Amino acid sequence: MSRELFKFKGGVHPPEHKAESSARPVRVAPLPKKLVIPLRQHIGSPAKPLVSVGDRVLKGQMIGEADGTISAAVHASSSGIVTAVDLQPVPHISGLPDLCISIETDGRDEWVEHGPLDYRAMAPTDLRMRLRDLGLAGLGGAVFPSAVKLDPGATQHCPILIINGGECEPWITCDDVLMRTRADEILQGVAIMRHLLGSTEILVGIEDNKPEAIAAMRAAAARMDFAAEIMVVPARYPGGGAKQMIQVLTGREVPSGKLSTDIGIQVFNVGTAYALARAVHHGEPLISRLVTVTGHVLRPQNFEVLIGTPMHALITLAGDRDGTTGVLMGGPMMGMPMPNLDVPVVKATNCILVQSAELFPPLPKALPCIRCTRCADACPAELQPQELFRFAKAGDFGRAQEYHLFDCIECGCCSYVCPSHIPLVDFYRYAKSEIWTREKDKRAADLARERHEFRQFRQEREKKEKAEKLAAKAQAKRAELAAAPDAGAAAPSEADAKKALIAAALARAQAKKAETAPQNTDHLSPGTQREIEEIEARRAKIRELARQPLEPDEKP
Amino acid sequence: MLAAILVMAGIAVAIGLALGWSAIRFKVEGNPLAEKIDAILPQTQCGQCGFLGCRPYAEAIARGEADINLCPPGGEEGMKKLADLLGVDPKPLDETHGVPKPKSVAFIDEQTCIGCTLCIQACPVDAISGAAKQMHTIIAAECTGCELCLPPCPVDCITMVPIAEDLPHWKWKHPVVMLRQVSGDSGA
Repeated sequence: MSRELFKFKGGVHPPEHKAESSARPVRVAPLPKKLVIPLRQHIGSPAKPLVSVGDRVLKGQMIGEADGTISAAVHASSSGIVTAVDLQPVPHISGLPDLCISIETDGRDEWVEHGPLDYRAMAPTDLRMRLRDLGLAGLGGAVFPSAVKLDPGATQHCPILIINGGECEPWITCDDVLMRTRADEILQGVAIMRHLLGSTEILVGIEDNKPEAIAAMRAAAARMDFAAEIMVVPARYPGGGAKQMIQVLTGREVPSGKLSTDIGIQVFNVGTAYALARAVHHGEPLISRLVTVTGHVLRPQNFEVLIGTPMHALITLAGDRDGTTGVLMGGPMMGMPMPNLDVPVVKATNCILVQSAELFPPLPKALPCIRCTRCADACPAELQPQELFRFAKAGDFGRAQEYHLFDCIECGCCSYVCPSHIPLVDFYRYAKSEIWTREKDKRAADLARERHEFRQFRQEREKKEKAEKLAAKAQAKRAELAAAPDAGAAAPSEADAKKALIAAALARAQAKKAETAPQNTDHLSPGTQREIEEIEARRAKIRELARQPLEPDEKP
Repeated sequence: MLAAILVMAGIAVAIGLALGWSAIRFKVEGNPLAEKIDAILPQTQCGQCGFLGCRPYAEAIARGEADINLCPPGGEEGMKKLADLLGVDPKPLDETHGVPKPKSVAFIDEQTCIGCTLCIQACPVDAISGAAKQMHTIIAAECTGCELCLPPCPVDCITMVPIAEDLPHWKWKHPVVMLRQVSGDSGA
């Protein structure tokens, strides 16, 4: 059966440069002396560290647990001693450090106890929790925790499961090589996804520039007990983007602001399917992945790399050359320049692309936008990049949002075709992060307003309560005095009642004073005793004076 | 002639009644303009504008009694938004009411704190936790950085700490390539 394929609008076809790295076999990168494992490797909340400095950890041991729903655990990639839990440089464009666990490896590579899971017998919720604890996250680039994506939920159904082997970005070949060499395990992973999602239709999309991968996957699919259709899609960037892949394979578009699951489709990368099979059939957490090291190196190739291995070690393995101008994590279209090469390989690292002036000549000077709309023709999300650029540059973020800025997948097609060489995507990223910051500030302001208003309400309430309490107390006292036989008859008026209250309070205070005898009145010398007596006499006199009614001449 | 006048008068009465009725039926509670202004103000409740918080300032602006350039935490941007909303010309911030500062949160040196509760009483958003003769601490997530807790502290144990940029708070900067190029070209 051959299905009809559809097309997505726009896209570009940059030089592929895939043959450089896909020709060589996969090499297992040697165990480094030190592993640095960031706790924030996935989208969502970072993992919470479980180990402290000095602990011995085993390979595959959980060292950071998932924190919250959208999170995933991280694991020690090899056995060794934890040397630090602190801020270390991570592969992020900002160059800012993040919390990492550093492990000095002992070379024994000793595994923690692990074994296969019987996924068919397990409750789906338990299985998802296990996958979260095994650190599974999407290896296609977004690193979204897989356990969340594998939850069809109460209302969502995903009859269509798409396995994305597009790998449209130039230079990168890790998915290609994975499909060539480990097709069976990828499809075993797909079987588990199918089990969890209840999908009835499985489509595997592979771009037509990977004939060997297509053949290997077809052969493997024939051996499976379920139908998985291997579909060959024309190679055009960004055909490996999830939304574009859905459109090409099914002809359906994910509506703006919605998820693919809203139209009953879930998409996973081939690498994620492979990692899932390793996790379930071997109990292995996600501690290694295939990484393409290519570009300006002597031997471009794919490596099986432990998470936490420093990038410079891989570049040395591939043979570093003079004239390196920079290193990208990812491909030339969407890759991020690395601030330094001590940063570790993380779950998101699919490619380390070493740049040179020859391979990646510096972009000519950016010129003003001439509104030629070539970017609009190239945009696969069918946006108006020239307008988005205008608004983002001017800081008119509201208008940018009206023009669907958040549908931009940052694929870089617009910048690629721009005759003025404007770094358009940088402007969109700037606008997006500016909007997010403002929304966060708005939420903080709303919280502050709410708390301030509540405080005012509380103060008002406390004031009222205090007044009421005092009034009630006075009322009770008055009633008590009125009920007393002697005072009741003598003090009928309001002023007398008040006087009686004061008198009662005075009597109480005096009684209390009399109760607490002073501590320093024993064993006094006669002199001191005399002094005290004099003072007491004076006090008595004052009391006597106070008791007498006010003299008329004291009045003004 | 008379019929026409009567018809017009009748229509006028009918419309008048309808308007009168809807003025009562659809009466808007509170001042919607003050609401809108309050939504723009940063809610630090710092009182630098000379009012007892953001809401009173918003109401004063709505009544036309206060200027739009008295809010340093809102900064230039907030002032421009207010100018936009009210249809008036933007004007530079009034520096007698303070200058914009980088966003900060208060920090209590817990070694020095004597537990007097004065700062707790001063905090407009209840972002300080503590009790009499017990150590106090700031709930950083709820602190607006208003600095109102600084003056009452008898032992000066509160400092303002600017919020450092870390990975979750990092944001993309405005790409400067274009700006440089344009200025270079015009200068040449």
